[in-house]
Amino acid sequence: MKYVVLLKQVYDTETKITLDANGTISNSGITLIMNPYDEYAVEEALRLKEKGEGEVTVVSAGGQQVQDALRQALAMGADKAVLVDSEGADLDEYATAIILAKAIENIGFDVILGGFRAIDDGSAQVAGRVAEILKVPVVNVITKLEVEGSQATATREIEGGSEVVEVSLPAVFTAQKGLNEPRYPSMKGIMKAKKKPMDKKTLADLGLDNDQIAARVKPISFSLPEARKAGRVIPGEPGQAAAELAKLLREEAKVI
Amino acid sequence: MDFSLSDEMRDMKRTIRDFVDNEVEPCAMQIEEEDHIPQHLIDQAKEMGLFGMSIPEQYGGLGLNMVEKCLLLEELGRANMSFTTYIGAHTGIGTTGIVELANEELKQKYLPGLASGEKLGAFALTEPDSGSDATNMKTSAVLKGDKWILNGMKHFITNAPEAEVFTVIAVTDKEKGARGGFTAFVVEKDSPGFSIGTIERKMGLRGSHTSEVIFEDCEVPKENVLGIEGKGYSSALRILSKGRVALGARCVGACDKLVELSAKYAQQRVQFGQPIASFQAIQWMLAEMATDTEAARALTYRVAWMVDQGLPVLKEGPMVKLFASEALGRVVDKAVQVHGGMGYMKEFPVERFYRDARLTRIYEGTNEIQRMVIAARLLKELQI
Repeated sequence: MKYVVLLKQVYDTETKITLDANGTISNSGITLIMNPYDEYAVEEALRLKEKGEGEVTVVSAGGQQVQDALRQALAMGADKAVLVDSEGADLDEYATAIILAKAIENIGFDVILGGFRAIDDGSAQVAGRVAEILKVPVVNVITKLEVEGSQATATREIEGGSEVVEVSLPAVFTAQKGLNEPRYPSMKGIMKAKKKPMDKKTLADLGLDNDQIAARVKPISFSLPEARKAGRVIPGEPGQAAAELAKLLREEAKVI
Repeated sequence: MDFSLSDEMRDMKRTIRDFVDNEVEPCAMQIEEEDHIPQHLIDQAKEMGLFGMSIPEQYGGLGLNMVEKCLLLEELGRANMSFTTYIGAHTGIGTTGIVELANEELKQKYLPGLASGEKLGAFALTEPDSGSDATNMKTSAVLKGDKWILNGMKHFITNAPEAEVFTVIAVTDKEKGARGGFTAFVVEKDSPGFSIGTIERKMGLRGSHTSEVIFEDCEVPKENVLGIEGKGYSSALRILSKGRVALGARCVGACDKLVELSAKYAQQRVQFGQPIASFQAIQWMLAEMATDTEAARALTYRVAWMVDQGLPVLKEGPMVKLFASEALGRVVDKAVQVHGGMGYMKEFPVERFYRDARLTRIYEGTNEIQRMVIAARLLKELQI
């Protein structure tokens, strides 16, 4: 059984995002982590593999720094990693999906897993697009997955409840929180990770050129959320102040 | 000098930090209240391989050198100190004797179980009348046929209630005493005549248990002698000296955590209409805390590096223990002060650190003994 996990490196949730002089997100002083939803996907692939047999490959597109996130997956127990160097190209979901799908075609696949969204741009598109390109079904936002031969049964979240679906493999599944509790890599796993294959590919290796991955969506500008304004203290006697507060809530804030 | 870390070490440190901050820290209050470390935390630490830090790879450990071990212990030092002690006493004094002194058979027998954490190790040297003066030891071992018969009592033994494999120092020749009359043994918990006595009630370190260990005609196989018979005193010193650098790293980790907590609190706490971090009084405390931390770190890694080079650290090892534990004492005292009244409250972790940190100046050789050793060595080196 071949398990492939789509992996994205994102900004650490605790990193403070700032904009540089050009108005783009500054890379100085930020820390990068594996997208937390992708961690569920890696963990699920490892658990499926450990139940039977098979091979887990993690795949990502981006710069060389993405190796850190891939190495974490290898340390958790994945067998090999593939990194497609995007050579600094601005990738949108369309371009990323083309690259990943190409890489996956070369690896071979039965089960493809990914996080249901990345915590940075939150677009939740890439896994679905990859499924479309590979012409396989996709089951989104799963909280449970069982694989039996060439069939899989997945539980997915729907409004107000959950749905159990059956799908034939190969297929793409996207992980939601609750699918599992990702393991911490063991120290031995970390030591072994550097000896595992990290296959670095160029776009040319995949037969792609820049035109084929020209982004359809381009960010025009970034802006930080407006800083929260300081609260206002209403002075005076409690009775008067309360009346003033009620008036402001009604007339200014328009909440009552 | 190159202070950069390999990818591997960075990954290990980050993993332990995530584990400590996300799994251990949320349980800190529970550990305090129940005086018990939740089993799932210990199981996770075992799976991560933390119990085998100082055991060679061929016996299932990680085979780390001292610098690497310190890098990891530093991250563990951020945790609830009882959790750190549970693992630190095992990977330090609890297993070092077997790694350094045991013959191949004993290593094969004990190290794999200790490396996986399936068995916990402890070190039993201290007795009621023999603390800093280890030469005054009374616990005796007499060879009868193919067994050593141990009699006596050890106390203040960290991890004893949970441990299964003990490194015990006992008197084998009363006449010779510390000079050729002490011997180190590996003693299993299940040995006939072995029992655990009173579990002590302590100022802090709740969750880490310390107790008496009682030997009543306790039978130990003849072959369980660690190192050379009669050389137990120097064995004990050797076991302790390795632990000193590691303890330094744990203190550095705790200092880091306290600096972080204090710097964050000082920016949130508003008095006189502004965050207290804007006051020079607070800034000076933060600056001194951070400087003490970096100084302790520099000394710890310099001496850890010396250990890895095979250089003697007879005075430098004690210097690490002395300086790092006293730096922690100063840092934690200021951390409480920065937190003001909140620093005295149990809801804030600094209160716990304050009580727990006090022990680092006492255990694994009091700081007065460290000073004695440093001075003795210094005067020998510079003898006129």
